[in-house]
Amino acid sequence: MHLLVCGGTGCHASASNQLLENLKQEVADKDLAGEIQVISTGCFGFCEKGPIVKIIPDNTFYTEVKPDDATEIVQEHVIKGRQVKRLLYTDPVKKTVISESKDMGFYKKQLRIALRNCGFINPEDIDEYIAADGYIALGNVLTEMSPEEATKVMIDSGLRGRGGGGFPTGVKWDIARKVESGQKYVVCNADEGDPGAFMDRSILEGDPHSVIEAMAINGYCIGADKGLVYIRAEYPLAIERLKIALDQAREYGLLGEDIFGTGFNFDIEIRYGAGAFVCGEETALIHSMEGHRGEPTFKPPFPAQSGYLGKPTNVNNVETFANIPVIYNKGAKWFASIGTEKSKGTKVFALAGKINNVGLIEVPMGTTLREVIFEIGGGIKDGKKFKAVQTGGPSGGCLTEKHLDTPIDFDNLLESGSMMGSGGMIVMDEDDCMVSVARFYLDFTVEESCGKCTPCRVGNKRLYELLEVISKGNGTHAELDKLRNLSEVIKDTSLCGLGQTSPNPVLSTMDNFWDEYLTHIEDKRCPAGQCKDLIRYEVIEENCVGCTACARNCPVNCISGERKEIHYIDQSLCIKCGACFDKCKFNAISVS
Amino acid sequence: MAKVKSLADLKKMKEQLQSDISLREKSEHPEGMVQVKVAMATCGIASGAKDVMEFFTGNLQKRNVDAIVTQTGCMGYCYAEPTVEVKLPGQDPVVYGFVDVKKADEIIEKYIKQGELVDGIIPVNYETIDKK
Ligand SMILES: Cc1cc2nc3c(=O)[nH]c(=O)nc-3n(C[C@H](O)[C@H](O)[C@H](O)COP(=O)(O)O)c2cc1C
Ligand code: SF4
Ligand code: SF4
Repeated sequence: MHLLVCGGTGCHASASNQLLENLKQEVADKDLAGEIQVISTGCFGFCEKGPIVKIIPDNTFYTEVKPDDATEIVQEHVIKGRQVKRLLYTDPVKKTVISESKDMGFYKKQLRIALRNCGFINPEDIDEYIAADGYIALGNVLTEMSPEEATKVMIDSGLRGRGGGGFPTGVKWDIARKVESGQKYVVCNADEGDPGAFMDRSILEGDPHSVIEAMAINGYCIGADKGLVYIRAEYPLAIERLKIALDQAREYGLLGEDIFGTGFNFDIEIRYGAGAFVCGEETALIHSMEGHRGEPTFKPPFPAQSGYLGKPTNVNNVETFANIPVIYNKGAKWFASIGTEKSKGTKVFALAGKINNVGLIEVPMGTTLREVIFEIGGGIKDGKKFKAVQTGGPSGGCLTEKHLDTPIDFDNLLESGSMMGSGGMIVMDEDDCMVSVARFYLDFTVEESCGKCTPCRVGNKRLYELLEVISKGNGTHAELDKLRNLSEVIKDTSLCGLGQTSPNPVLSTMDNFWDEYLTHIEDKRCPAGQCKDLIRYEVIEENCVGCTACARNCPVNCISGERKEIHYIDQSLCIKCGACFDKCKFNAISVS
Repeated sequence: MAKVKSLADLKKMKEQLQSDISLREKSEHPEGMVQVKVAMATCGIASGAKDVMEFFTGNLQKRNVDAIVTQTGCMGYCYAEPTVEVKLPGQDPVVYGFVDVKKADEIIEKYIKQGELVDGIIPVNYETIDKK
């Protein structure tokens, strides 16, 4: 028998290591060490109810276990085989007691569709993909459906593009299908420029065949015999695995001519991008593949009408493609039964920032931010307070406490002033300054704007400078007005999605954290202590024992004071690095 | 390599491959084979998954453990990389996080050889679609 004790950061904070020790002691005292092992595990992700103890093989799941409960667990459960009822988990909705983890709603929060094979199969072995139902969908589509019927499956599934825009995939395919042309193209957008997002990379590294299979299906539906994957050169491993997968698919005759003996031909080439964010925009991407400058152009014409080399082209994102084979295998109805009314299926998110379980997760649309952050994500690091979550990357916005219970889908996020984007989710705590966050994203956009339109090229730079003025403590209400007006102008007058959304991080932080902006301009203070020009490090005299730790660690030697005497910081020299604050063991340095 | 010429071909192949895999699991020897999967995506490799993979391939054979070591993609637990999944015959797979060479050694000696779980298990917290 095994007793698993959660050793995640959350549970650790609630004395799980004492519990672990007590259980080990108890087992040893009863001379059971030979048969019973007590093991500490990584985070169960259920920190809200921690510490957690799980007993194997019977899968009993105890929550909120105190160190003192160790005796009872060993006495009752281990020796007498009786569950300790009071420690079992009670379903908050149904009020029923649940003893096994597999019956807990909590463990059903994640559902893997796009990531179904990632971490399960060997991505460099096509046989493993085939054993996991690979290429069956392509076979069925080619032998049993007309392109029109196959496109209808996509329309009925309700799948929407995962690259950011959320356009219905089936509808897009249908448009491309109906355009008459001797040559058409299928393009997979693997540019993934959104800072913090890495789901497309993970899919190509973990399950490249699912993208290949879906592109071939797409080719059949719209009448294209050629596919292109546009991938950034910074993804060497993804490129390598994709190449291996393409070779293997060709070797098996699953790419090439007369696939499945149906007369359908399809092959895929790889095109490399240099890692410019704007090249993820579909028209810029197409120009880049043609060997031109990666600059967006006006739509219409849409790529479906005139895309790569002027031919009808369907562009979809990696994650969008990864969903597709399953939709054919399990049916449009099945897919449409998952998610919310207008957003079907699941979404992969890259959880990052001040969160315990940084990683890739996949949840059905309609899951709330609270479930994602506090249950799956294991809550905020170091027990700090949640402040905001940034979704949609440089085009998105910050959502706050009041949005935590909003079900996540395309439309709800837009309504809350952010957007789905590609699925980056950056969690911020009380130590993050919202003016700095807005500045960080603008810095990115200024760098990445292609420079074609004046409002985007010059306007974003001006926005950045305004934010700089504010974070230096020189801002007034006039700057705040300018920020808002200029933001509106940039949104209205830019050509592509980059410029049209670049002020969103500014607008959403102003909407949600207006007070914080005011504190910066009126009180010349940064409440989170991030804006260097607005903070002061000072020695708290009562606490200072004169240990000299701060003085020894100050990189500019601006702390003076003798051993065992109160120290003093010379403000005119201090560069506000915070080293003294970090090193002082006596809480004798204050930040204000 | 045989070309897949028709859907029937593919289905036959799939069945063959699936039974190969379950054979691999059951194996001819009654004690069966151990399967070790190392998550080798960019995140895993960056945290040292390559060394861990080499350690497993090198040492399992040396220590006379009948095992296959394969690589796989990102399991999603990036905070706990490198991650390794170990499946003992007839048992549910177990995922270990923060695996370095030392931990790998412990996994071989304690878990694989003696069936004792060791510290550092990552609990699975998602559902997969059933394949049928
Ligand atoms: C500035 C900008 C950057 C974009 N970057 C990406 C990207 O990195 N990956 C992506 O798939 N789509 C990106 N898009 C969206 C694409 O233009 C396009 O809508 C998408 O690839 C279509 O695929 P989908 O319908 O499957 O989402 C970007 C759009 C804009 C405006
Ligand atoms: S909005 Fe910005 S990125 Fe887009 S075309 Fe204009 S200048 Fe280029
Ligand atoms: S904040 Fe940095 S520079 Fe300023 S006193 Fe402390 S250690 Fe010295």
